[in-house]
Amino acid sequence: MKLELVRFKDWTDPVPSVRREVLSALPHPDDGQPPLLFVPGLGHGAWAFREHWLGHVASRGFAAYALSPREQGSLRAYAHDVVQVAAGLPRQAVLVGHGVGALVVAHALARYPARAAVLAAPVLHGRAALGAALRTNPLGTLPAFFGGGLRLSRRQLFAGDPPGADAYVERLTRAPSAVYRSLLTAPGPADPVGAPPALVVGSPDDRIVTRKALDRAAARFGGAPLLFPGMGHDLMLEPGWQEPIDAILDWLVKELAG
Amino acid sequence: MHDTPDIADRHDAVCVIGAGASGLVTVKNLREQGFSVDCYERETSVGGAWNWRHDRSPVYASTHLVTSRPLTELPDFPMPDDWPDYPHHTQLLAYLERYAEHFGLRDSIWFGTEVVAVTPVGDGRWDVTTRGTGGGAERVQRYAAVVVANGHNWSPKPLSVDTSAFRGRVMHAAAYKDPAQLRGRKVLVVGGGNTGCDIAVEAAQQATTVWHSTRRGYWYAPKYVFGRPADQVHDKLLEQRVPLRLRQWLYHLAVRLTVGDVTRFGLPAPDHRPYESHPVVNSQLVYYVGHGRITPVPDVVRLEGATAEFADGRRVEPDLVITATGYLPRFEFLAPDLLDIDEDGKPDLHLHAFARRHPTLAVVGLVQADAGLLPLAHWQSVAVARWLRLRLTDPDRAVAVQQRESTRPLRSWTRLRVVPSSRHWFEVSHTNYLRALEDLLKQMEPA
Repeated sequence: MKLELVRFKDWTDPVPSVRREVLSALPHPDDGQPPLLFVPGLGHGAWAFREHWLGHVASRGFAAYALSPREQGSLRAYAHDVVQVAAGLPRQAVLVGHGVGALVVAHALARYPARAAVLAAPVLHGRAALGAALRTNPLGTLPAFFGGGLRLSRRQLFAGDPPGADAYVERLTRAPSAVYRSLLTAPGPADPVGAPPALVVGSPDDRIVTRKALDRAAARFGGAPLLFPGMGHDLMLEPGWQEPIDAILDWLVKELAG
Repeated sequence: MHDTPDIADRHDAVCVIGAGASGLVTVKNLREQGFSVDCYERETSVGGAWNWRHDRSPVYASTHLVTSRPLTELPDFPMPDDWPDYPHHTQLLAYLERYAEHFGLRDSIWFGTEVVAVTPVGDGRWDVTTRGTGGGAERVQRYAAVVVANGHNWSPKPLSVDTSAFRGRVMHAAAYKDPAQLRGRKVLVVGGGNTGCDIAVEAAQQATTVWHSTRRGYWYAPKYVFGRPADQVHDKLLEQRVPLRLRQWLYHLAVRLTVGDVTRFGLPAPDHRPYESHPVVNSQLVYYVGHGRITPVPDVVRLEGATAEFADGRRVEPDLVITATGYLPRFEFLAPDLLDIDEDGKPDLHLHAFARRHPTLAVVGLVQADAGLLPLAHWQSVAVARWLRLRLTDPDRAVAVQQRESTRPLRSWTRLRVVPSSRHWFEVSHTNYLRALEDLLKQMEPA
């Protein structure tokens, strides 16, 4: 276990404050369930969760928030923003990270005792994901080595060719090269504080996160991964988006009761 | 003491005394380790010293933090990053209230309830006698452990000079709330700590005449150095592992360059090296001395009739004396030997937290550091909670940890060279202290 009591970096070089974009959907009536905070991965923003998941989560009685990554960020700044938003919520929050957002959440968990954590299609080890990306999308990935932006393709994010997928890919922003370099070289996250229950979900047909990477993430954070065959990387934008989010909420309800 | 039928047995529950900052982190961290907790708070809401709504709160209208936000916030619940470097005391209270709300701590707190007595019943368990502050019968409940978090800034330390024959008004800084109390008065402020200096500065803006009496010279550190909060610059040096002597020299140099030679202003020269007393952080005191608004004077030796007399024989005639003499820790609900309290009222605790002869008795928040108290109290309470958990899950290892801890050298976690004063004995270096706690926590990690 890695413990960090002396935190010179946090103390002497605090992450500068920015205005953060947070989208939300709130349940009526609110009967005191912990709120969920969704953290998107590279290229995506809070909008990716507003499409389906936020509203659905609220309809099941949980407050749902999604945070867009800041511009000119770094892994440290992203994790800082997640902790800031989570600590600003009225109750202890459940952190849900997707893709690289799961890595951000893993780092945030070392700084904030979440009520629970969900890592969806988690990209925890940059190198493995980079290898997969080079195989599926060499033209979009290679320029990233030379300081260009990383361009994700439809084939990487979606299993088939669902209607609307091209529009989603259009909305993706190119992450600046400094960001994914910091992701590749970042040291692993310290252990979560407060020992939150954690769930790993993913798909065996994900072209970014390999089955092996899923198992590795689950081994570190919580048992066996929950799998949704036939879906691509972007679980929340796929036509079958409802199945994984319902499974996540069912798991959460069970954890909260236990 | 024998079992009596009216003692309610709370089994494995832990009793926490006080719902100020230290009490709140203790409740949260005990619950995180799976304990059920009863916390008793004599006031009607959380916040302790920071709750200005209560009479016992020492804060005054203008109180701001003297340590910067990153070095003051809780390590697992940061303050909003758009707050200023040195937040106002009302922000700190709001922060603690949000913390209590966020983790649902109020469910575990009994407000308006005072702890009257805590007595050991053998077997490591404790009988805790409580009473409603509004009156009512006393109640005794039995707990597996007791954590005292009653704060050390609420019981004013009396002035060592007899004030009964003084005709003007004498009040402790605890009763000072608002600069309006100073307007148009001739004010003598006694005490060179952070509070004394703050009040002297406010008096300089409001009162007609201000004398500031200090027993010794202090290092008046500015709040900013090179445009950065001074404590962050200091921690940069600690990060580079700059040795103490060199840091003292650099500190000396920084104060020379920014504040200058304070003796030129008539202030006494410090009689100790930097870092040997609680730091006084005030950028304005010397400024107002230089403008003739504050007259520095030595120790008060007599207050009689209309006059105050000082150690150098000088006499002045103030109509208001504010004694910023500080506060003393008090544990009147505990027999002194439980905390090994000596005749000066000073407890002897391992890491300033663990009772040496009672493994289920601890104190959280009884430290002062060159950084904010909250992070230290947080990690203290994490250590206490993990310790209590380890005693239940692995008693053999708990014994081994205790044995190893008893050999930990004092100088590794506390300051041995501090000025002799009733408020400096629990002064620690936050980095050394946290490293000692980190080491203890690592020993207690689940196998």
